[in-house]
Amino acid sequence: MTTRTIAEEHSASAYLGVLVAAFLGLGIVVLAGHVQADALHAAAHDVRHANGFPCH
Amino acid sequence: MLGRILTSGLIAGAVAGLCAAVLQLLFIQPVLLHAELYEGGELVHFGAASGPADRPEFGLDPVRDGLSVIFSMLTYAGYALILVALMALAEGRGAVISVRNGIHWGVGGFVAVLLAPAFSLAPEVPGVAAADILPRQVWWFATVFAAGAAMWLLAFGQGRLAWGAVVVLLLAPHVVGAPEPDSFSGPAPTELGALFATRVLGVGLVAWALLGIVSAALWSSGGETAS
Repeated sequence: MTTRTIAEEHSASAYLGVLVAAFLGLGIVVLAGHVQADALHAAAHDVRHANGFPCH
Repeated sequence: MLGRILTSGLIAGAVAGLCAAVLQLLFIQPVLLHAELYEGGELVHFGAASGPADRPEFGLDPVRDGLSVIFSMLTYAGYALILVALMALAEGRGAVISVRNGIHWGVGGFVAVLLAPAFSLAPEVPGVAAADILPRQVWWFATVFAAGAAMWLLAFGQGRLAWGAVVVLLLAPHVVGAPEPDSFSGPAPTELGALFATRVLGVGLVAWALLGIVSAALWSSGGETAS
């Protein structure tokens, strides 16, 4: 019972880690590649074009 | 688990992003700057005042190119966190992650975020006509998620239902179609647009292959020491 609980907790924390990392990654891609705020758009302009993102 | 994903992802993203930035500055930036001369009206590509076919010489611009390096590394760090998180998920479900199969992960990522959206929404050189930005972004994200899910099912799905889903997920965004401009009135020459799009895909394939290999190498080597 105890072993099973520990295994389940380990698995739950692993899934949480996967989720947090994936959302963090998605957030970075959205910020660097897609948010249209003027300063961000100007700074990231060439990279957005060079990575096939819709730019302006 | 989270710490291990962050470490592998950020290092792999920095390496692949730096590689992508160097290739961008060498092969994509000259085409982009050339097209901007047409976008801004310094060159025109019809009539007697037609621009020269020779590529103008462009020097390095430390601020602009430095920002490209930073944002390229950031973008690939974002991709890498997602890629390594998916590697962790796959490993937890019994898959083996190795340096040798890392390139499969990289090519799968390339198909999901570059090739699939480019099939209907070609990488845009400055100075081409395009539909409004928001519908294009919505279509881009929908297509990337659909193609990413298709890549996952291609690798790990079982049975006819999974194969059918792969076909539907890959085809649907292109059957629906990407948002298009009302008229094709962009001032950039089609020759530059075509060269730009193919170079974006070529550079992306190299950077993604590297991202897959480095991510898999770091992830699989960190397994023994992880708690």
